[in-house]
Amino acid sequence: MAGKKGMITIDSELCKGCYLCIAACPYGLIEIFDELNQFGYYPAHFTGGNDKNRECTGCATCALVCPDVAIEVYRE
Amino acid sequence: MKKVFQRPRYLKKAVFHYCPGCGHSIIHRLIAEVIEELNIGEKTIGVPPAGCAVLAYDYLDVDMGEAPHGRGAAVATGLKRVLPDHIIFSYQGDGDIAAIGTAETIHAANRGENISVFFINNACYGMTGGQMAPTTLLGQESTTTPGGRRKDRDAAPIDLSEMLAIARGSVYIERTTVNSPKSIRKTKKAITKSFKIQMAGLGFSLIEILSPCPVNWKMAPVEAARWIDDEMIKTFPLKVIKDTAGKID
Ligand SMILES: Cc1ncc(C[n+]2csc(CCOP(=O)(O)OP(=O)(O)O)c2C)c(N)n1
Ligand code: SF4
Ligand code: SF4
Ligand code: SF4
Ligand SMILES: [Mg+2]
Repeated sequence: MAGKKGMITIDSELCKGCYLCIAACPYGLIEIFDELNQFGYYPAHFTGGNDKNRECTGCATCALVCPDVAIEVYRE
Repeated sequence: MKKVFQRPRYLKKAVFHYCPGCGHSIIHRLIAEVIEELNIGEKTIGVPPAGCAVLAYDYLDVDMGEAPHGRGAAVATGLKRVLPDHIIFSYQGDGDIAAIGTAETIHAANRGENISVFFINNACYGMTGGQMAPTTLLGQESTTTPGGRRKDRDAAPIDLSEMLAIARGSVYIERTTVNSPKSIRKTKKAITKSFKIQMAGLGFSLIEILSPCPVNWKMAPVEAARWIDDEMIKTFPLKVIKDTAGKID
C-alpha cells in the first residue's frame, strides 16, 4: 500500500530481518513479517502506514541503512 | 512514482553471505555507488582481502584481484604501477591490515603510492570466529581474550590510521563509521574523496571505517550499531586524521 508521497518495496529473499530499517524509519512503517524466507530469516515488511500522520515520504533512510540492498524506494 | 533508490549498477544481484547487520555489506554498496557516480567502473580494479570480505569479487562488478592475507597495499601498488590510468583500491579488515599486513601498509603509505585503501575496522578477526585483533578494545571480550582484553597482557589497541598519518607519502586519512544514516552518508563522501585524490594523482589515501560485526560482538544489529557510538569511538574517534589534499573536485 503506497503513501501519497512515497513507497518502498522490500525483497523478502534478500532481507535478513536485521531490524536496522525498522529502527531507522521515522514513521515506523516497517515491521517484521511472521513467515520465514527461504534462507530462514523473518523478513521485513512495508506496512504503508495506516493513518495520514504516518505516511511514507520516500525519504530512503530505510534503504540507506539496509545492509542487504533489499529495499527500493519510490517518490512522487 | 519515480524510483529514487535501487541497487547500484556495479553491485551484482547476489545475496551477500554476510551475517545480518554486517557493515561489510553497507560498505560494498557505498563503493559501488561511488564507482557509478564517478563513472570509473570500466577502469577500476579492487583488491579484496583474506577475511569475511574475501568474496568481495562475487559482489562488486568491477575487475578484482585477490591479495594474500595483509598484502592488499602491495598488490595494489603493483597494479597501479603497471596500469597507472586505472583506479586501484584495496579493501582490508583490521586483522588483515593492522596485524599481518602492517609492514606492506606502512611502506605503501610512506612511498605515497597513488592508491585508495579501505580499512574495515570491526575490532576482531571476524571470519575466523572472533579472536582478538590489534584493534580489539581494552576490556572487549574475544575468544582469545576471555574476561576482556588487558593492556598488561595483550597490549593496548593499535592506532594504525594515526601512525599512517605520520608517513610522508600519505595525503588523506579519515576515520568514519556506517552505524547511522548520517555516518553512512559521511563515509560515502570520504570514499568519493579518496577516489578523486587518486584520479588527481595526489598519492596515498585511506578511509578507516568502524564497522559492526554483530555476530562476534554477540549483539543484535541495532545494539551493535549503538555500541560503536557508545564504546568504539572512545578508542577510535571519528575524524579527518590527515588531509593535505584540501578541497578537491
Ligand atoms: C597467511 C594467513 N594466515 C592466516 C589466515 C587465517 N585468516 C583468515 S581471515 C583472518 C582474519 C581476518 O580478520 P580481519 O582482517 O579483521 O577481517 P574480518 O573477517 O574481521 O572482516 C585470518 C587470521 C589466512 N587466511 N592466511
Ligand atoms: S522511505 Fe522513509 S518513510 Fe518510507 S519507509 Fe523508508 S524510512 Fe520510512
Ligand atoms: S534493513 Fe534490510 S535486511 Fe535489515 S530488516 Fe530491513 S530490509 Fe531486511
Ligand atoms: S562474522 Fe562479522 S564481519 Fe564477518 S560477516 Fe559476520 S558480522 Fe560480518
Ligand atoms: Mg576484522
